[in-house]
Amino acid sequence: MQTHFTDEQMQDPGIQRANEILRSCVHCGFCTATCPTYQVLGDELDSPRGRIYQIKDMLENERVPDPKTVLHIDRCLSCLACMTTCPSGVHYMHLVDHAREYIEGKYKRPLTDRLLRWTLARILPYPTRFRLALLGAKIGRPFALLMPDARLKAMLEMAPKHIPPVSRNDDPQSFAPEVPRKKRVALMTGCAQKALNTDINDATIRLLTRLGCEVVVAEGAGCCGALTHHMGKTQESHGTAAKNIRAWCAEMDGDGLDAIVINTSGCGTTVKDYGFMFRNEALAEDAKRVSDIAMDVSEVLMTLDLPEGESKETVVAYHAACSLQHGQQIKTYPKDLLKRAGYSVVEPADSHLCCGSAGTYNLMQPEISKKLKDRKVRTLEAKNPDIIAAGNIGCMMQIGGATEVPIVHTVELLDWATGGPQPPALTAEGKRAPEIPILR
Amino acid sequence: MFKLVIFPYQYWKGNRDMEMPAPDQSIIARKARIVDRLRSVLPADAVIEDEVETRAYECDALTAYRCPPLAAVLPASTKEVSEVLKVCHAEGVPVVPRGAGTSLAGGALPTADSVILGVARMTEVLETDYDNRFIRVQSGRTNLSVSGAVEEEDFFYAPDPSSQLACAIAGNIAMNSGGAHCLKYGVTTNNLLGVTMVMMDGEIVEIGGAHLDAAGLDLLGLICGSEGQLGVVTEATLRILRKPEGARPVLMGFDSNEVAGQCVSDIIKAGILPVAIEFMDRPCIRATEAFAGAGYPDCEALLIVEVEGSDEEIEAQLSRINAIARTHNPVELRESGSAEESAKIWLGRKSAFGAMGQINDYMCLDGTIPVSQLPYVLRRIGEMSKEYGLDVGNVFHAGDGNMHPLILFDANKPGDLELCEAFGADILKLCVEVGGCLTGEHGVGIEKRDLMVDQYDPEDLEIQMAVKDVFDPDWLLNPAKVFPLASSQERRIAAE
Ligand SMILES: Cc1cc2nc3c(=O)[nH]c(=O)nc-3n(C[C@H](O)[C@H](O)[C@H](O)COP(=O)(O)OP(=O)(O)OC[C@H]3O[C@@H](n4cnc5c(N)ncnc54)[C@H](O)[C@@H]3O)c2cc1C
Ligand code: SF4
Ligand code: SF4
Ligand code: SF4
Repeated sequence: MQTHFTDEQMQDPGIQRANEILRSCVHCGFCTATCPTYQVLGDELDSPRGRIYQIKDMLENERVPDPKTVLHIDRCLSCLACMTTCPSGVHYMHLVDHAREYIEGKYKRPLTDRLLRWTLARILPYPTRFRLALLGAKIGRPFALLMPDARLKAMLEMAPKHIPPVSRNDDPQSFAPEVPRKKRVALMTGCAQKALNTDINDATIRLLTRLGCEVVVAEGAGCCGALTHHMGKTQESHGTAAKNIRAWCAEMDGDGLDAIVINTSGCGTTVKDYGFMFRNEALAEDAKRVSDIAMDVSEVLMTLDLPEGESKETVVAYHAACSLQHGQQIKTYPKDLLKRAGYSVVEPADSHLCCGSAGTYNLMQPEISKKLKDRKVRTLEAKNPDIIAAGNIGCMMQIGGATEVPIVHTVELLDWATGGPQPPALTAEGKRAPEIPILR
Repeated sequence: MFKLVIFPYQYWKGNRDMEMPAPDQSIIARKARIVDRLRSVLPADAVIEDEVETRAYECDALTAYRCPPLAAVLPASTKEVSEVLKVCHAEGVPVVPRGAGTSLAGGALPTADSVILGVARMTEVLETDYDNRFIRVQSGRTNLSVSGAVEEEDFFYAPDPSSQLACAIAGNIAMNSGGAHCLKYGVTTNNLLGVTMVMMDGEIVEIGGAHLDAAGLDLLGLICGSEGQLGVVTEATLRILRKPEGARPVLMGFDSNEVAGQCVSDIIKAGILPVAIEFMDRPCIRATEAFAGAGYPDCEALLIVEVEGSDEEIEAQLSRINAIARTHNPVELRESGSAEESAKIWLGRKSAFGAMGQINDYMCLDGTIPVSQLPYVLRRIGEMSKEYGLDVGNVFHAGDGNMHPLILFDANKPGDLELCEAFGADILKLCVEVGGCLTGEHGVGIEKRDLMVDQYDPEDLEIQMAVKDVFDPDWLLNPAKVFPLASSQERRIAAE
């Protein structure tokens, strides 16, 4: 598409990148067909092509964002299905990230909105605060006062019935491999995940050490910054991201790292983009080093000779998290691994569609999110699975809250098949997790 | 109908300054009232009137021409469409129907005094009948998802424009769209059994139905290809076919465009009719490979030839086709080995236009030449590309000689578009010279509107416009398209 940026505007590296992206869009409309919000709303304004158009207009004219444009951008899940579909290689992610930053800087949101976003940005990335907030939400108090808002309901509903105790495995330390060491890897333990579900990291550590990895939880690493990044809060996101970069570079420069393993694909997409996020900053080189070795856990497992398992009757419906299939273009590995471990794997119809979780989307856009959730659960259940597997905690919470079929992380099943314990979510015991978490 | 035969090259001079009638200021002045009336018949979120929002509806896939509409509406049912049209009719407001907005001819381009009526929310399947082989859908449903709805029973909907993932049945009917497999199955008109259409005054009519040949005048044939001039199609009954027992594409790579063109010509001459013969040259091969990873050979020109049937039938046809190909010393000759591979081969082909966007802006031409002239025309295009210093990508339905040269240029570079237009003119001249014609698989729309005078003599145009008079006496539907403004001027003024 033709663009109209002035030479002066083009001095800004953000605009340069936006221009490059906009120039490659030919307005063919292919992307509309796989966009979840266009499926639900049927309005060009809520399609990738329409959003690209609105962003172009806003940036070219340096318009102060208006509430309507902001609404349409806010409704975007950042699921990146449009990037998978686009034949022209339009990097929608960098464009919408830039737009969000622009909006955050120039648009004054209504008070309730600001409070909600402020609160989320200050709670979710911090496991201890998040844990406390979940407790609070369970009782349903502090937020109710702050926000008499439809989204509050979504927030309260989202709080899980059981909140696990802190896992000491998530503390900085190193786990020795059970067999001669093949790789030394850092595990990103995440932030929200640590508070919501400790089984995943435990299973990942068991599985990786069993297959010959020394697994390091690096001192100083924490939230990936995705959550605030997607809110356009660049300062916050770059702050937390920088901590990770320093922590992992220290490990790389110390005993060395073969990979940074990420088992929450939402975070993975962001860590893999650090190189771009920091391209104009002092940390640029280190950020790129980190991005270059960041890998989803399924990518690492593909290099580790997972033993072939006996074929089992268990039917696993694999839910492809959008951050994995679109954000990182990892489509077959998790299924290949599950099959290798002996599970019989099925996939729901329209597997390209997001489940509606998308970070804080389920809290900010509860209506659209619910429609996508219901659709996803319906298509998954249609396959009559015994278990649902996914590679992202967000999807697990979203889908798990709406179905009786147990949902676990792909690594939990792989761990189980190679000698680990049965995933707690599949046992009766799992359902009887302590009501009030033990805060250690 | 309304399809072009010859496409004179003079047209390409200065086509960006497309003349449009001056918008009716009295309508613009009444915007608030018109919007209120539209709101009274539609849900709140189905009426879009804010200027920052209407802009997203200012063009379709032909972005050279743009104009935000007065408002856009998104009805969800035939009933709502009818209510909208009643309001617009009463207010004398022009209406531009819109499907998915993938037209390459500017068919869904609004005017400042018009309402865009989008059918994107009308995506339901209303009825499927496998015994009688038809499906009835709301017209906003995408082409590919029609096939998707009958896939489990091993049926499909045959017309397959490359844009089938996104384009709506509504637009397919309006443009009488075709695609790669239409070599065998025919275009939209051959697969359309009936429509529900709303007339400009809100009256709902049923035309045709689930039978092969409805008695009486072939009104359906009139509707198909009428580019939104006669009414708003809200539902369609489409023929579905049982999937062929098997299908297998074969990739043939050649050293030069000319040799590939010769191979196509020889296959057709031998009297073999595959389901599809598609052509792609090096720039397109590269760009689509980068997107689809179909394993296209690294070569100057690629043919994708597909045959269908039982294994024996496929083997028999392919052995003849491959024998012909071998006489042209292909650099690669490879049959697809699996369903996944075939899917990727087609994904690549169908993404070709879009994929070219990775390289640069492009202008997409649309013409047909005698298949025997393919080698010559392709060589000349290559030579002219050097003369003009602009690259060309060729990707097209070679089996029926329907060419789509894509001239690459830089829209942000002053002078480039003009150069590109001149080059386009020369290509078109060449096509005419070799006895070809430039038909619009992509429709007339705004892009080829002013050529109609060169195509049809005044009487022909008069008859076509008389048809519109019957359906849309006030000339409110899809204004300023298809008919040259000078030809339609009297009628438009009389209607005001
Ligand atoms: C990358 C690309 C590849 C393409 N490949 C092909 C191809 O292989 N073959 C081919 O034939 N075309 C092709 N096209 C062109 C285009 O996709 C077709 O013309 C398609 O049928 C348009 O459908 P749409 O739903 O997008 O219609 P729109 O673009 O929305 O509208 C097209 C026309 O239909 C009218 N219309 C829309 N809805 C209605 C309705 N409900 N009632 C009455 N009139 C209506 C509009 O007013 C307009 O005149 C391609 C386009 C692109 C961008
Ligand atoms: S598919 Fe790509 S090129 Fe086409 S409109 Fe969408 S982003 Fe633009
Ligand atoms: S990221 Fe997802 S929701 Fe956003 S525009 Fe792309 S496909 Fe639509
Ligand atoms: S996904 Fe990333 S941003 Fe979100 S909670 Fe986990 S680590 Fe933090």
